Amino acid sequence: MAEKIATREAYGNALAEFGSEYDFVVLDADLAAATKTGTFKKKFPERFFDCGIAEGNMMCVAAGIAATGKAVFASSFAMFAAGRAFEQIRNSIGYPHLNVKIGATHAGITVGEDGATHQCLEDIALMRTIPGMVIVNPADAVEARAAVKAALEYNGPMYLRFGRLAVPVFNDADNYKFELGKGICLRGGKDVTIIASGVTVDMSLKAADALAAKGIDARVINIHTIKPIDRDIILKAAAETGAIVTAEEHNIIGGLGSAVAEVVCEGYPVPVVRVGINDKYGRSGKVPPLLEAYGLTPENIASKAELALSMKK
Amino acid sequence: MEQTKLNNLKNIAAKIRLGALEGVHAAASGHPGGSLSIADIMAYLYFEEMNVKADDPKWADRDRFVLSKGHTAPALYATLALKGFFPESELATLRQVDSFLQGHPDMKGTPGVDMSTGSLGLGISTACGMALAAKVDGKSYRTYTIVGDGESEEGQVWEAAMFAAHYKLDNLCVIIDWNGLQIDGTVEEVMNPTPHDKKLEAFGFHVISIDGHDFDQIEAAFNEAKTVKGKPTAIIAKTVKGKGVSYMEHQVGWHGSAPNDEQYEKAVAEIRATM
Repeated sequence: MAEKIATREAYGNALAEFGSEYDFVVLDADLAAATKTGTFKKKFPERFFDCGIAEGNMMCVAAGIAATGKAVFASSFAMFAAGRAFEQIRNSIGYPHLNVKIGATHAGITVGEDGATHQCLEDIALMRTIPGMVIVNPADAVEARAAVKAALEYNGPMYLRFGRLAVPVFNDADNYKFELGKGICLRGGKDVTIIASGVTVDMSLKAADALAAKGIDARVINIHTIKPIDRDIILKAAAETGAIVTAEEHNIIGGLGSAVAEVVCEGYPVPVVRVGINDKYGRSGKVPPLLEAYGLTPENIASKAELALSMKK
Repeated sequence: MEQTKLNNLKNIAAKIRLGALEGVHAAASGHPGGSLSIADIMAYLYFEEMNVKADDPKWADRDRFVLSKGHTAPALYATLALKGFFPESELATLRQVDSFLQGHPDMKGTPGVDMSTGSLGLGISTACGMALAAKVDGKSYRTYTIVGDGESEEGQVWEAAMFAAHYKLDNLCVIIDWNGLQIDGTVEEVMNPTPHDKKLEAFGFHVISIDGHDFDQIEAAFNEAKTVKGKPTAIIAKTVKGKGVSYMEHQVGWHGSAPNDEQYEKAVAEIRATM
């Protein structure tokens, strides 16, 4: 059984780890204990600023700091970062293309018991519409750490999406290589391709195992960078496997599934079936039954992969 | 204030008014009323108060300015052009598709613009970020921002005020352009945000109330602000919307409409007569 760590945990650890090597400040909106920026605060209190429960102001403060040439991370829950402060991000960070990293945690229904108002299922859709915004959605703790490092090396606005739930660490820390904008083929296959991001990557690997047991050879691709998306790896999968299923912890409107469908439609049309939250709000519950209720399971991903396969011409 | 200095500032302010109107007239679009109300403060800021270099607009140690009420960009552009950040001939290109003078300030396109603004309530928060960064980096530059009185109906203005006081941003100077008018009427009629002085004091600001067209008072206020330690300063500047053009003064209709040729000539003549 792989070790389980929440990507938000890895985010906070990475901020603290890279705090000596890189010059940046961290802002939070009264959620440092939950977003884990508190880990950075403990080590670098003079570079941490709590903005209180005022996310709009926080995003613009971040823009002002970045405008002076200083890198900055601004953190809150995805709902209040991408949702509440969308316009501040769009006009004060995106439009002037400032070096602000938005560390958004508690994305998706794996927030669990807090329910719909706190389960952001539209942040990727919102952020994708901002020109020049880079969106990274790490799948495990190893990838989350690497994403933070990449964010520090990159000069420009970036949205990093982290989860609340402890998830299996499937990447090998010693050999893992993160390249912004490049998907990772985790498993070769020729019959169908599963393209996943974030918590659904591990589920998709399990789905591929289940498909293999039925004699279906599924390719699994991890898209950690949703924007700019890796067109090459997607079009290659479309051409070589002829059917695609996407899996994401987000509304199927506007997220990974939409992004993949856009690339496939324009570049190499093949069937694309989207697994995700089917244009609904979340609800309270323990995570496993929630995932079950919304169809975010290896079984459903495998079943939709078979559907995509059946639609091949 | 010494007479020569005063005359010089008055002339600069008149030129800012002329430059702002030139752009709005040429574009047949823009916001003259609030551009005219801040012209005197802009003149003092850029020609007496702020430490900036027109030939090095991104100079790291410069004082910063954020026009939170971004729609009055014509006044900012006229000021920057007069200061030498770009040729005054550019002013007539305002709002044209190939111009770097956008309808609202664009820090990426216009030399001397420190922050992109236009959506109300956001600029003051970015100014807080700049002031905080100066503290973190141990730098002595100051940050100035002009907020509209109507703009202060935005809740984020008060989030920013809370932040500025909480982090003791004594290197931040917020100017409220209290011209009393917004698109739908007087600020008192539309959504009364007053009293700014008492509210900002309650939020933790050092507050100075002045006549925003009196250079002696403007100078005294900025000098006083620099002596204040441990808290941000707010200068409540009572101004006249449309100041300097008789038929625009106190008229809400001139918030966002451009003068026609005849009106423009009249405005130019009136302003020139004061120089």
